[in-house]
Amino acid sequence: MSISKKVVLRFPSDIADRPLVCELALRFGLRFNILRASISPHREGIMVMDILGEEKEEVEEGLQYLRKAGVELESLSQDIRMVEERCVHCGSCVGVCPTGALFMERPSYLVRYDEGKCIACELCVLACPTHAMEAVI
Amino acid sequence: MEQVLRSYEEINEKIRTGKVVVVTAEEVIDLVAEKGVEKVAREVDVVTTGTFGTMCSSGAFLNIGHTKPRMKIHEAYLNGVMAYAGLAAVDLYIGATQPAKDDPLNKVHPGEFKYGGGHVIQDLVAGKDVLLEAYAYGTDCYPRKRLSTWINLKDLNEAYLFNPRNAYQNYNVAVNCSDRTIYTYLGVLLPRLGNAGYSSAGQLSPLLNDPYYKTIGIGTRIFLGGGVGYVAWQGTQHNPGVERTERGIPKGGAGTLAVIGDLKGMSSRWLWGMSLRGYGCSLAVGLGIPIPILSEEILYHCSVRDEEILAPVVDYSHAYPHGTGEILGYVSYAELRSGKIRLGGKEIPTSAQSSYAGAREVALTLKKWIQEGRFTLTQPAVPLPGVESGVRFKNLVERPVTTNAIP
Repeated sequence: MSISKKVVLRFPSDIADRPLVCELALRFGLRFNILRASISPHREGIMVMDILGEEKEEVEEGLQYLRKAGVELESLSQDIRMVEERCVHCGSCVGVCPTGALFMERPSYLVRYDEGKCIACELCVLACPTHAMEAVI
Repeated sequence: MEQVLRSYEEINEKIRTGKVVVVTAEEVIDLVAEKGVEKVAREVDVVTTGTFGTMCSSGAFLNIGHTKPRMKIHEAYLNGVMAYAGLAAVDLYIGATQPAKDDPLNKVHPGEFKYGGGHVIQDLVAGKDVLLEAYAYGTDCYPRKRLSTWINLKDLNEAYLFNPRNAYQNYNVAVNCSDRTIYTYLGVLLPRLGNAGYSSAGQLSPLLNDPYYKTIGIGTRIFLGGGVGYVAWQGTQHNPGVERTERGIPKGGAGTLAVIGDLKGMSSRWLWGMSLRGYGCSLAVGLGIPIPILSEEILYHCSVRDEEILAPVVDYSHAYPHGTGEILGYVSYAELRSGKIRLGGKEIPTSAQSSYAGAREVALTLKKWIQEGRFTLTQPAVPLPGVESGVRFKNLVERPVTTNAIP
């Protein structure tokens, strides 16, 4: 059985120049999908990724490796919630959602939300004109 | 002369006797593909259309009743949102885009515009109590100067929606060619053509099913905000003379409608307060119009498909705000509704501002009303200005003002 875990990785500036993430694949045989990545002016890096492995232990080993190397690990700090009764199914959110978590179901043309694909970028919270998308901390 | 298949009176008689045949503007497409225009025109009496999207030029007139002692309201707020009081003593107009008086607007960009006139209208229609605060300077016949009270839609003398411009016949598709996110009435637009915003129900939209205004005119009874309304006038910026496709479909914003209807019969499901980030408050309006199939030509126009309706793509980071008129290309509503368009070799995801599911539900509801005999059709008293009218939408020509000429 394969498992997937979404994590936020913070790279302090002193290790930001080391090739660490690739080790997840090379040493631990894990697959990963980088959902968001940015580097601040102080050269600290932040990366949101979805890590996929066969066993939970495998994923944990990989994460442990990153921790030891100085990467700070956090779970996704917030969830995005859809308040269905506020949604008018316009679709304003669909075109800004980078992962397809919000999509237009066909042929009903109702907006649907697949929480599993959400990376909490909050663009939908900005785009929704009826306050139907909420960030829950 | 086009052969007349049936009259308004005949259609209404069929509605009263329960024999009327009604289909939606979406359903008629497959029917025509299967049987052809001629046959369907003989079978179908009415085609219903619908749209449910943000329509900024909307608002409601309210008469709140006289106070004792009397008051000639000079300044009024409903749940903190200013209503226009420059009318008779206790008549107010609450406009959809008016933000709350304490709203920080865009001081912290992009502003949230959490509550405004559109939300007041939605709350009123939902039957909620609304706080009225009013001020006056006092006169001999209207001495009262201050008022603070709860009001409720059911207690108002008159409350009618009067929207100066709704149901735009086609509209722009907005994109952003700049390097920063922009916040527009067509939604949040991501940089470098990150997405495209559009707002028309396309093949379901009322005026796209009657492109030459053969049946929709002043006095046409319509579905408005979940209740019954009427076309009151051509809408502001009505612009019938724009370029059209071979089928007569305008290739951009063209005709518009001013509509009116009793707020008391409407529903908060179909009048929805909107908060457009960085832009402002507004109101989403559910609006549907029945089209009587008086001739084959009218039915032919109702069979228009999204593939045949083109919309201009405009850069809202430059061309639109500066009014340069530059069009990046045309895309069809079939492409827009598929979820992505192609522009200059780039695939762009689309964001609708107008709910297609809502438009469909409006058209189906109106169909049901007509089938159940609850809604009959009216013949327009006066047609809307058409292509031949010469009516043109003009931009403002500014004239220099010298200081000593200001009154």
